Amino acid sequence: MIELVLPALLVGLLLTAIAGPLGCFVVWGRMAYFGDTLAHSALLGIALGFLFDLNLAIGVIAVSSSIALALTVLQGQRFIASDTLLGIMAHGTLALGLVLVSLMETVRVDLLGLLFGDLLATGFDDLYWVGALVVFIGVTLYFIWTPLLNIAINQELAQAEGTPVGLIRLLFMLLLASVVAIGMKVVGALLITALLIIPAAAARKLATTPERMALLASLVGMAAVILGLTLSWQADTPAGPSIVLCASLAFLLIFVFARRKDA
Amino acid sequence: MTEHTLVELHDVGLDFKSRRVLDQISFHVRPREILTIIGPNGAGKSCLLKVILGLYTPTRGTCKQRPGLKIGYMPQRLTVDTSLPLSVERFLTLANKGDARPLDDVLRRVGARSLRHSAVQSLSGGEFQRVLLARALLREPDLLVLDEPAQGVDLQGQQALYHLLAELRDEQGFAILMVSHDLHFVMAQTDQVLCLNQHVCCSGSAESVSQHPEYLSLFNHAEVEDIAVYTHNHDHHHDLHGHVVAEDGPAEEHRHQGGCHHD
Repeated sequence: MIELVLPALLVGLLLTAIAGPLGCFVVWGRMAYFGDTLAHSALLGIALGFLFDLNLAIGVIAVSSSIALALTVLQGQRFIASDTLLGIMAHGTLALGLVLVSLMETVRVDLLGLLFGDLLATGFDDLYWVGALVVFIGVTLYFIWTPLLNIAINQELAQAEGTPVGLIRLLFMLLLASVVAIGMKVVGALLITALLIIPAAAARKLATTPERMALLASLVGMAAVILGLTLSWQADTPAGPSIVLCASLAFLLIFVFARRKDA
Repeated sequence: MTEHTLVELHDVGLDFKSRRVLDQISFHVRPREILTIIGPNGAGKSCLLKVILGLYTPTRGTCKQRPGLKIGYMPQRLTVDTSLPLSVERFLTLANKGDARPLDDVLRRVGARSLRHSAVQSLSGGEFQRVLLARALLREPDLLVLDEPAQGVDLQGQQALYHLLAELRDEQGFAILMVSHDLHFVMAQTDQVLCLNQHVCCSGSAESVSQHPEYLSLFNHAEVEDIAVYTHNHDHHHDLHGHVVAEDGPAEEHRHQGGCHHD
């Protein structure tokens, strides 16, 4: 019995452990909608992965990174407000992905699985690439933590003080795209942002330092994975939405009952 | 560029789209020098500062920094997102790598010792300004860049700030470059005043206020030794359209155009 759930549980825990600190930066930088756009574009990455017979995770990372790059370039223009631009990119790429997937005759794709995740189909072989990606994200994040934090505080001040803002932001987007690739497996394209921002938002009220907030966000996310999978197992509910639901409930509980700690 | 200049601007011009923001600006900053840039609103002072800080690339001309130049930057104001838990202490330690001067000393120096454990979001404008100055000082800069440090501060506060800056300059030997919208009063120790209105209208040294009886009476015989008066010496006027008008004779087209509305 446990062999069936164990890989799913481990992949979920690995994802939320790393989504905690990354999600904090998404929240601090008010990038929730940006994260959503990357997540929606992940479906296109899957479709292209099938089309070119690539590893699906690589397809997702490639497409999400390109979208992140395109957004960075396009946000310099002044014809369209940036939230409108994000909306166009998010839904345009999502629609293109859905159309491409439906056109494929050779592969039968589980559309619900792509949109809402298919965690229970995770096997032990998935653990290798997820584990490798999480280690890559964790190590990179460790090395760029201070400059990333300085940028989160104020980009201009960081740049004036000599932080290589462009490079650090680029790395951060690559990390975000990698998390999206893992998230596709766990909660699907529509709910990835939830696992980035909900645990971080829940942790804010309990934290007095950025590092503690990142750690608490990981713990909240990991608790949500354990509770969500239990719920899914007991009540036969879909795993991804159950996890996000548990994270939302955790946020609500902390928001209502915890006293705000100011740094 | 010689060994003895920290920053050197040569014929710098900056355009936003087709709007000319800065034009034909040349000057340099030497070690230990205090340089004040004054000008009316919209004169391009902040843009010039951003060119010097390396945040904007000039459209024309060159802005060179001495290799390895360490800049301490005090922005006019800075808002940190409330979702980021950050104490003053953490904000300050983020600024410098390796072992730095004791925080307490610097905080005491700028009069912000009691704020050490406060959240940065809870500070008033004046308090945050002192903390920003502390952060700039902790970097042990060669050049201290201040954007409107006297903005929103009363005359006493302005005097106290100028006094502190002069003392710090004498002790630590950095150069100071500051921007002010006050067209007549500058810091007494200023070596060079630059009057900016897209181009450099005039430049020169300031005279001590204490030599001007009428200004002294204006200040009700208060201690005004930290403030000096700058007498403008323009060789041209600007008409309402911003065209440069010759001292005698009709208005003529001039290469410096834009919204110059000053006397």
